Amino acid sequence: MKGNFGSFVKKESLHILRDRRTMLVVMLIPVMLMSLFGFAISTEVNDINVAVVAPQRTDGIKDAVKRLSQNSYFTFRGYINADDIDKELRSGNVNAVIVFASDYDRRVAQASQGVPVAPIIQLIVDASNVNTAGAATAYMQNMLSGAESRQAMFETRMLFNPQMKSAYNFVPGIMGLIFILVCAMMTSVSIVREKESGTMEVLLVSPVRPIKIIFAKMIPYFIISCIVLATILLLARYLLGVPMSGGVAGIFSLSLLYLMLSLSLGLLVSTITDTQMAALLISAMVMMMPILMLSGMLFPIENLPVFFQALSNIVPARWYIDAVRKMMIQGEPITVVWQNCVILLVMTITILCISLKKFNDKLE
Amino acid sequence: MNAIEIHNLSKSYGKVHALKDVSFEVKQGELFGLIGPDGAGKSTLFRLLTTLIAPDSGSASLNGLDIVKDYRSIRSCVGYMPGRFSLYPDLTVEENLQFFAALFGVTVEESYELVAPIYRQIEPFRKRRAGKLSGGMKQKLALSCALIHRPKVLLLDEPTTGVDAVSRSEFWEMLAGLKKHGITILVSTPYMDEASRCDRIALCNEGQILGIDTPNGIVQGFDSPLYGIKARNMFALLETARNADGVTDCYPFGEWHHIVTDGSFNPDMFIREFERIDGLEITPVEPTIEDMFIKLMKR
Repeated sequence: MKGNFGSFVKKESLHILRDRRTMLVVMLIPVMLMSLFGFAISTEVNDINVAVVAPQRTDGIKDAVKRLSQNSYFTFRGYINADDIDKELRSGNVNAVIVFASDYDRRVAQASQGVPVAPIIQLIVDASNVNTAGAATAYMQNMLSGAESRQAMFETRMLFNPQMKSAYNFVPGIMGLIFILVCAMMTSVSIVREKESGTMEVLLVSPVRPIKIIFAKMIPYFIISCIVLATILLLARYLLGVPMSGGVAGIFSLSLLYLMLSLSLGLLVSTITDTQMAALLISAMVMMMPILMLSGMLFPIENLPVFFQALSNIVPARWYIDAVRKMMIQGEPITVVWQNCVILLVMTITILCISLKKFNDKLE
Repeated sequence: MNAIEIHNLSKSYGKVHALKDVSFEVKQGELFGLIGPDGAGKSTLFRLLTTLIAPDSGSASLNGLDIVKDYRSIRSCVGYMPGRFSLYPDLTVEENLQFFAALFGVTVEESYELVAPIYRQIEPFRKRRAGKLSGGMKQKLALSCALIHRPKVLLLDEPTTGVDAVSRSEFWEMLAGLKKHGITILVSTPYMDEASRCDRIALCNEGQILGIDTPNGIVQGFDSPLYGIKARNMFALLETARNADGVTDCYPFGEWHHIVTDGSFNPDMFIREFERIDGLEITPVEPTIEDMFIKLMKR
């Protein structure tokens, strides 16, 4: 009865193709998320508006301001009076104000001669966005310290992601998220839809083993996911400029494994739910939340409380995102992340076994 | 060998006894009707016979195959049409039929001559999505799909529910046509008027079989004289008649009330006794299956 497998796949593809809206959403979500995280949502320090308060515009101060305005991350908004600091910050015209002490030049000169006095600079930063404020402060300190003291100079080199582009960080996260969305959610919903509409009853009362129908269901979703995967990789490479120096083949193979895992998860969800709504909720709440919170996509796992760190071990996306990051950004070959591969493989097999065991060819 | 044999079959869902100790047989090639209201256990019986659920106790067989032991083999020789519309609304008429053919490992061409009398009626719409068909056409498509693999036993769970009167009548004619192919058909319906279309019927209620016979046999089993009564105030009449001498039961029946009587009842006496009632009429009526059902149900 091998011949009819093709017709099952055909039927399933028809379902998907006829549901144009869902299809469009699935294809557009990756593009949207990539652009969103790549450009709009960013934790980079970019375009910080800075004003300067200086009692006298001495050479030293002019020199510091010049360096500031040459830096692409800062925009120099001009000199202001000390009385206006609060007003300017509140109005949002500036994000930070640098206040130079009146004897700035003298102190700088003394410091360069080895006298233990420190030039005084005050940074007043709008901390309503903590991330921006923190990063801006650190960066301004770093930049200005070069001018004020030659005693200790740091030379910092950022490896792998020298511009600290947050897109690099998000691309693996988005991939971890999107495949769960496409594979797990859509397969589970499409299987449960057959239960809900009563067609499952007819399918079960046929000589074909239902599991065969289920696998036929997965194939179109697998193909869609591959298209989505290709889209993401292309966008990452050419739109966001993620290096992927480790080679695309490794990333692709690992992603295929992750796709299988997502499909198995979808099957598992479909075996424990009876309505599309429940399948959707489980996929969204039980699977998406851990991916967002516990996978290292948004927050570094090392920063989580110990309990959640332990919990993150069972979130498949954690291992996937970690591995993709290594391959995509650090340019490691797939052999380096073999542990992640093994963990994902074991997870896939386990989930698949559980769901096959739970999948019932009766109604109860 | 009987096509369907059911012995003391019981099934409960938690505390609800959906089916209580049901036994009956359906002969080869018979059109057998299960007549009963919602909640009579008809669907449960179908699900048991289609091996979708397992019985709590008792046994049943289709074509000699046990519903528990041989459930895999049963699934290839049975055609099943569940109570609700269970085709793919987003696939066309043609695609649905082709899919169900593939499901059973046959082609539409192989079985075309069996389904043709039914399918031909919807063939002009073969490019239309199944969800956009009318109720009657959906029914025909569902029946075509259930027949596509030439099943020996056809199980139809309330196929005419929610279908207009003309389509219902057509549907029963189609079933009669299928009998010529020797297909055994077990069909359930809540409509008593459809019972006469069956070779034999089983009246069921609350998980039990109340009686099994040919539709004529069932009607003949109604041995009390039955009258129809009518008056301007039907509601008051119901109460009055129930308390009248010689009346064992009175219930609304369409435009009339039917009164079941014992030997002592005399219609002339009844008219005379209640002549004060405005517009009172009484006429003897032939009992129907519904009358029998009500009688059996109240027993």
